[in-house]
Amino acid sequence: MTIVDVATEELVYERPDALSETFTHYCPGCTHGVAHRLIAEVLDELHLRERAIGVAPVGCAVFAYNYFEVDFAEAAHGRAPAMATGIKRVRPQNIVFTYQGDGDLASIGMAEIVHAAARGENITVIFINNAVYGMTGGQMAPTSLPGQKTTSSPNGRDIETMGMPIRVSELLAGMPGASYVVRRSLHNVKEINKARKAIRTAFQAQVDGMGFSMVELLSNCPTNWGMPVAESMKWIEEQMVPYYPLGDYKVAPELK
Amino acid sequence: MKQLLKGNEAMAEAAVRAGVEAYFGYPITPQTELLEYMSRRMPELNRVFLQAESEVAAINMVYGAACAGTRVMTSSSSPGVSLMMEGVSYIAGSEVPCVIVDVMRGGPGLGNIAPAQADYFQVVKGGGHGDYRLIVLAPATVQEAIDLTYEAFDIADKYRHTVVILADGNVGQLMEPAELPPMRPCDPGRARAPWALTGAAGRRKNIISSINLVPEVEEEFNRKLQAQLDVIRRHEVRYYEYETVDAEYVVVAFGTAGRVAQTAVKQARVLGLPVGLFRPISLFPFPEERLAELAQQARGFLVVEMNAGQMVEDVRLAVNGQAPVRFYGRMGGVVPLPDEVLTSIRHMTAKQEDYR
Repeated sequence: MTIVDVATEELVYERPDALSETFTHYCPGCTHGVAHRLIAEVLDELHLRERAIGVAPVGCAVFAYNYFEVDFAEAAHGRAPAMATGIKRVRPQNIVFTYQGDGDLASIGMAEIVHAAARGENITVIFINNAVYGMTGGQMAPTSLPGQKTTSSPNGRDIETMGMPIRVSELLAGMPGASYVVRRSLHNVKEINKARKAIRTAFQAQVDGMGFSMVELLSNCPTNWGMPVAESMKWIEEQMVPYYPLGDYKVAPELK
Repeated sequence: MKQLLKGNEAMAEAAVRAGVEAYFGYPITPQTELLEYMSRRMPELNRVFLQAESEVAAINMVYGAACAGTRVMTSSSSPGVSLMMEGVSYIAGSEVPCVIVDVMRGGPGLGNIAPAQADYFQVVKGGGHGDYRLIVLAPATVQEAIDLTYEAFDIADKYRHTVVILADGNVGQLMEPAELPPMRPCDPGRARAPWALTGAAGRRKNIISSINLVPEVEEEFNRKLQAQLDVIRRHEVRYYEYETVDAEYVVVAFGTAGRVAQTAVKQARVLGLPVGLFRPISLFPFPEERLAELAQQARGFLVVEMNAGQMVEDVRLAVNGQAPVRFYGRMGGVVPLPDEVLTSIRHMTAKQEDYR
């Protein structure tokens, strides 16, 4: 066995302190892992790990608490913003964030997210939009695209009966209490870097007491979309981005 | 010093004096005065008050604040409590303490805003999903509502459990002389709770969750919950008795029905009937041992409720066939009059089978 001395090498990439050293339960090629890492990097950078309290959703990220070295609660389906509100109100010195998927946030939890934004609740929301219910096996989400085939819309989403998908960032940007609402994507390195910057700004908004901040991340689901990972990245770019334009929907002047 | 106090406001002030740090609620008659009182009182003391967008949100805010280790409560009435059942189950599955005041009204559905006891099954037996029980305390007077609310927070903390003050519209709306307890120092944050979410500074991270995917692990957790409930059964039984020492017949009723029944028992005693009153105060744990004892001496029981007969099932289990258990109830928000109960008592003592 050869022992290689790596001490003299320059370490350019390592696990952030806020990210746990563990195995992932996410499917191969899923961008949840990327989103987790970005959050952990930002918590490290802003020195927030010890102050942070996360709230996990119901959905694929139900076990998000296993991946962060921060205190975590696991909410009921869609109720993460209400739970985060309860935590933040009694512990305003802590940095409270939710991590929610599209079924959790935009379907069953629509009332909770809208009112948290309306109150200007000083929390940060990371919203994973992959246009499908992942954990339950690929059913139609409120964000599924017109014509998108899912296990509960086998002939494709029929907009005559199900309406058009909900654009959450556009909706929440209309809430006066929101300080920072942006949409980013995780489909390539350039967009991932932009997403990372946005997550940092969102947490900074909370640190500065600016009120509700949210980063929507267009994400993939190779398993339930039924396509190879590379193709899923392309699908985000070609199918999702046109309906969900990337950009800043609300940025308080102080954050510019 | 006694003051003239309204039940809902008295419970609110009792909670304040017990050191409640946060209140989350939603307006619903007949408990709204409690929320209104808190909206004024909590900010005055630099404590948290928030009117939620729904009862669903309110209970999940309570869940969050409880996870953060603070003394927290909500209050509602029957339809609102139905909405809270999701959160109640999660809170039970996470073993965090909180206090819920339920000022019951007539149902089912939207029903009405009159006093009722038709949510006994929901609150005492379950309501939410999964195998859990809540500690349920039922006051019959404003004074008792104060005392039980004041104590509820300590009980909740002691067992990391939900305590429900199961009042009815009558107890909530009633004004009568009562005395408030002294103001206890508020212990903000109670950071001493080692399980609380406070930020993982200088310690390993804390996780509060109600998920256990492995059935054997979930069963183990359920066993732990059940063991805790057994401890609660041993230590938290509360009841009130009136004229039971030589009673040959016992009327069993809780809350406002218990109060009405006591008047009827008084009248029965004047008529020379050997009747007593047994009023459970803790509905869970149910005072089954004492009822079983009374069943040794009693020739008959009459259960009076403001519902179609819910607690009567627990009385029958406790009496276990040792004496006949009859029932008289009014529903839909109708409060029985003492005369009606007296008639039932007379039927019972005359051994008439057609007592209804």
